[in-house]
Amino acid sequence: MPEAEIVARKAEIVRALRRIVPGEGVVSEPAGLVPFETDALSAYRTTPLAVALPQTTEQVADILAWCQANGVKVVPRGAGTSLSGGALPLGDGIVLGLSKLNRILEIDYANRCAVVQPGVTNLAISQAVAGAGFYYAPDPSSQVACTIGGNVAENSGGVHCLKYGLTTNNLLGCELVLMSGEVVRLGGRGLDSAGYDLLGIVTGSEGLLGIVTEVTVRILPRPSAAKALLLGFHSVEAAADTVGDIIAAGMIPAGLEMMDGPALRAAEAYVAAGYPTDAEALLIVELDGPEEECRELAGHVRALANGRGAFFVKASKSEAERLAFWAGRKAAFPALGRLAADYYCMDGTIPRRRLAEVLRKISEMSAAYGLGVANVFHAGDGNLHPLILYDADNPGELEKAEEFGADILRLCVAVGGVLTGEHGVGVEKRDLMGEMFDPTDLACQQRVKCAFDPGLLLNPGKVFPTLHRCAEMGRMHVHRGKLAFPELPRF
Amino acid sequence: MQTESIPARLPKSADEVLDLVAETGAAGRRIEVIGGGTKRCVGAPAGAAEVTLSLAGLDKVIDYAPEELVLTAQPGVRLARLEALLAERGQMLAFEPPRWTKLLRGAGEPTLGGALAANLSGPRRVRAGAARDHFLGFEAVSGRGEQFKAGGKVVKNVTGYDMMKLMAGSWGTLAVMTEVTIKVLPAPRTEATLLLFGLTDARAAEAMQLALNSPAEVSGAAHLPAFAAGRPPLKAQMPTTAIRLEGFEGSVAARADSLAMALRGFGRLDRLDAAHSRDFWAQVREVEAFAGDPRPLWRLSLPPASGWRAANLPGEVLYDWGGGLVWLLSEAEPAHVREAVRDLGGHATRMSAGVGPAFAPLEGPLAALNARVKAAFDPRGVLNPGRMGAA
Repeated sequence: MPEAEIVARKAEIVRALRRIVPGEGVVSEPAGLVPFETDALSAYRTTPLAVALPQTTEQVADILAWCQANGVKVVPRGAGTSLSGGALPLGDGIVLGLSKLNRILEIDYANRCAVVQPGVTNLAISQAVAGAGFYYAPDPSSQVACTIGGNVAENSGGVHCLKYGLTTNNLLGCELVLMSGEVVRLGGRGLDSAGYDLLGIVTGSEGLLGIVTEVTVRILPRPSAAKALLLGFHSVEAAADTVGDIIAAGMIPAGLEMMDGPALRAAEAYVAAGYPTDAEALLIVELDGPEEECRELAGHVRALANGRGAFFVKASKSEAERLAFWAGRKAAFPALGRLAADYYCMDGTIPRRRLAEVLRKISEMSAAYGLGVANVFHAGDGNLHPLILYDADNPGELEKAEEFGADILRLCVAVGGVLTGEHGVGVEKRDLMGEMFDPTDLACQQRVKCAFDPGLLLNPGKVFPTLHRCAEMGRMHVHRGKLAFPELPRF
Repeated sequence: MQTESIPARLPKSADEVLDLVAETGAAGRRIEVIGGGTKRCVGAPAGAAEVTLSLAGLDKVIDYAPEELVLTAQPGVRLARLEALLAERGQMLAFEPPRWTKLLRGAGEPTLGGALAANLSGPRRVRAGAARDHFLGFEAVSGRGEQFKAGGKVVKNVTGYDMMKLMAGSWGTLAVMTEVTIKVLPAPRTEATLLLFGLTDARAAEAMQLALNSPAEVSGAAHLPAFAAGRPPLKAQMPTTAIRLEGFEGSVAARADSLAMALRGFGRLDRLDAAHSRDFWAQVREVEAFAGDPRPLWRLSLPPASGWRAANLPGEVLYDWGGGLVWLLSEAEPAHVREAVRDLGGHATRMSAGVGPAFAPLEGPLAALNARVKAAFDPRGVLNPGRMGAA
């Protein structure tokens, strides 16, 4: 529930923000706030008190310092493409949008890095360095729109992270504004940082620890060649076994994606990528590096797939064909969107050897809930994206889809996996955190929050089921996983 | 040196670690936490702890799933044993953890937990990252005497804070790890090294930059002064610049050819075959040329393109990570070393025993933030007191 006392102070809060960010940098009228009410988890919607769009680090620092002094909550926002509600506003808080901090400050080829402001889009970094033969490796599917600041907050992945890592493996430094308004620099252009690896803990902290106002990312020389293979199978098991064989043979493909029957048929109907519609599982295997390597490894992959009964094997013969192979995968979400009024994208990771069993159980749940489901899968790293199809106009169906989704994530944890591989916890999976972590585990994480933001004003309500006051956290003592008063509800 | 006169406590289970930390902390005493004890001299003030806790007794591999690229073990498992186990399945610790046993005049055997706690990485850092980049999850006992876990046992996970990053490089000052899960990767089928000779430090930096900025997927770039390059297997007697390529046979050969072509402006070029290349990079990883030297030993982390400027400091330098890591043997005043390195955009760590802080002292809000993070896990300063300076 929004704090009425804060809501009543809206005019004063807006005046204070306007003193810090002049001109059109503060949005407070109802119509202007509408675009900020939600992110890509659009089932959730809240109108913030106001939106501040600062243009400098100093303005960000002044806003946070003022909000801390006045007990006003702050929700940071990049492009608003979060799939877990990471940028969902609060009725008694402001949104701090970083979209106007959108300059590329420096490209340093000698140290293979780029210094950019948080509002720069992911793809813009790769575009800025493409002329020199470089790129920024993490490539979330929203890369046209999503910003690097949001990528840092969410530790975003992409289809190439098996080989090239997540955001956290591709950063060198950042400038961070704490809720107190203090500005610290973490890391730099060297590879090891001094002190604790605070850049590492901030990355993926979902906007709860500080506001990133500058990011130094690693850029990589673009591989000289890339080749993709499409492999069609009559069963998910055969495709999963092929993935295991590829890795056991010592290969780490740049991309290793799987689509199940419903997903690949929807994609094929949508973009005609050349997928075999009679397959029950399709693998896209991308190999990159020198031409010789791509050719050699493509031969190995083909042999392994044949050994597992692939009935369809096709290798890209040109860059255009490689991109066409990917077009279906990249269009999978909108393609499935045509099959139903709404879809809900889940994001668990499982040990890959449990894939067939997990897909079978998801299919059973689908029947029980009476909702369709299709699966796309970052097969190399076990990151599963079931898309639940529903119609929000049918009363109760959204709730049913959410329950189905929660059951899928519980299943992921039960087989030894995790709640989220790349989309973040946000508000969406917040109440499931107890499936993975016990109260002591969560207390240890929350004390880190307290070290950065003792007033708990930065993006509260995300990630943790309940935020305890920091003073309380300090006193809580757990021995052998048991709280002193286990009967008292704490989380 | 350290508290060597006190026999180390060797718990055999996570519960024993919990009891030891909880009881010692409650009694107002402090604990030196070690794995194999090989890097005890780094940053540990003499006599600061009353109890030594060794994790060498927690040495089991709990689960190894090669096809999942995941391994779970107790932290005291010896690196040598672990790497042998991985090699049986054609896999490796991609971060190539150094031992530094001779370099730091340590006794004992390096452990996985120690490699993670010190966030170690070898020459492959330029391509594969450090221990932090392969650390998937853990169980630990905090300085508060609480047992907790973080992360997971799969290669891709963003559930909750990435506590592994805090643990990596914390040198045992936050929590005592009792179980760790790491990502493992296929080992390269073969490797080759290109060598350039007689280059000045500045010119070597240019050659390394050219190689690292090419699509040749360089997995090692080092520059050795004449006395270091004079040792076997090189016996070069002049400064030598080395570039490593790893992978499948055909790919390594093709990349070596194209890179050799690109480097032709740097004079004579030689190649090391796979066996000699492995020997050579093991020496670079262990900084063998500097072992046994009585002068203070520094490890400098710098923007790679600025590494060669550290040669302005008095003493001997050796470059790894394309210049991003500089080993320095120098009698220079510590304050002078730190200031010079800071001016180049980096920081310096004193690796040999000595007076004063080993790690670069932090200042202002960043120092305060580090101290608050320490207090979040270990408010009474029970674990490895003073090891990372104020934190």
